[in-house]
Amino acid sequence: MKTIQLPINGNDIQKLRVGDEVQISGHMVTARDMAHRYMTDQWPDWLVPLLRDGAIYHCGPVVSQNNGVYAALSAGPTTSIREEPYAHRVIARYGPRLLIGKGGMGDKTLEAMRQHGAVYIHATGGAASVIAKSIVHIHAVHMLAEFGAPEAFWELEVENFTGVVTMDAHGGSLHRTVREASQKQLFALLGDT
Amino acid sequence: MPPSFKDTFVELLRRASTQLPQDVTTALREGHAAEIQGSPASNALETILENISLSRRNSTPLCQDTGTNIWHVYHPRTICKTAIEEIIREATAEACQRSYLRANAVDPITNLNTGNNLGQRFPVISFYEWRSSAIRAAVMLKGGGCENVSCQYALPYEPIHAGRDLEGVRRVVLDGVFNAQGRGCAPGIIGVGVGGDRITGMIEAKHQLWRELGDENENPLLSKLEKRLYSECNQLGIGPMGYGGKTTVLGVKVGAIHRVPASYFVSISYMCWASRRACVTIAPSGKLTYHKRVPRYFGCNTPNCKGPSH
Repeated sequence: MKTIQLPINGNDIQKLRVGDEVQISGHMVTARDMAHRYMTDQWPDWLVPLLRDGAIYHCGPVVSQNNGVYAALSAGPTTSIREEPYAHRVIARYGPRLLIGKGGMGDKTLEAMRQHGAVYIHATGGAASVIAKSIVHIHAVHMLAEFGAPEAFWELEVENFTGVVTMDAHGGSLHRTVREASQKQLFALLGDT
Repeated sequence: MPPSFKDTFVELLRRASTQLPQDVTTALREGHAAEIQGSPASNALETILENISLSRRNSTPLCQDTGTNIWHVYHPRTICKTAIEEIIREATAEACQRSYLRANAVDPITNLNTGNNLGQRFPVISFYEWRSSAIRAAVMLKGGGCENVSCQYALPYEPIHAGRDLEGVRRVVLDGVFNAQGRGCAPGIIGVGVGGDRITGMIEAKHQLWRELGDENENPLLSKLEKRLYSECNQLGIGPMGYGGKTTVLGVKVGAIHRVPASYFVSISYMCWASRRACVTIAPSGKLTYHKRVPRYFGCNTPNCKGPSH
């Protein structure tokens, strides 16, 4: 198990490899479908300091609010591939070092990660109560009224958030490897080898 | 005094969102035992099992995506369906307010979230009249990630030489599970609807998701196909979360309904491992029975319907 303390620099990112299990602590920001469109349509400057050398978490949490204090109750990853059209531009402009989600991403993102020094971390899909335990504080929320709770930017403080590096800054992708291996199996089962 | 219908439905939603049915938990445990200890696949299943206990203990949603809520209500002919629908909607808003459900209803034109999990045909409610004097309500929560990888094939489907027979069905199901990879939160449960039209075929596929994982299809041909597909899907090597591994699916359930001569659809409804379903029967006395197992005929068009080849 490797530990990652956010913010993280480009040198440390290079040390991470596909298959590494990691525990992340520090500041991360959730962003999903509407947020990615907003980031690449409007290029908001206010996000740069929140994301530079930091982490984007593809997540739409269930959050409770008591006397103005937010708490994450259920906060697993959402499917990342939907952000494939945007992520390479987001990486280039905002400089996040970690993209965290589930299901992996495609070639454009993989290339942007290689170019700019970033990795993709896979969290356990559906394990939302366990993951919420590692969210120790919610600092702020942005665009809540505009996007609704699942799609807002939530600024999270996490401790020992666990995941697996499935795409690294050297062009490695577990998703590509598994897809290729399972395709061979598929062809064998279909008798089309 | 028995609890109000609204309180009962809020409780049903709480159970659905926070307590995974036993058959699914058992299948996940078996999957965990089959994976190599310490592998990402094994660790993912371990986290999933921990999540199942924690969610039940703390009454927090198993998954933050509390999905589309699909209700099936069986009722005697004397009941007012509009009243039941209104109560379900009230219960939905309250369950959302109590954080058992996420506010999931989004207007596709304005992209605005309604904030209370209510919208047009949201939740989805189907009513079935039956001869019993009790009311039975079941709800399934189906997340968006697995809905996105669900798919439909029109046979013949030439790219993988799938013709209009059960061998063709087998071929497209394998293709569909391959295409989904880990994105639907594998290990998934595969509901298949053979026949029908583009709507009824998919409804049949979703109905299959009500079945217990360990049950046996009454149709021997489909039973054989289910077992073969279960084994073959798990040979694909996609594994939990798509990390690679032995547990790609927890079950394959196939139903068939009549088709028109021109169409042969195979509809595949992918359910994530968090296959959340709960069911309650309300007796005329007000006595409540929360079912540990979903009653056998749930999801059929009528309780005693027979599919093709019976």
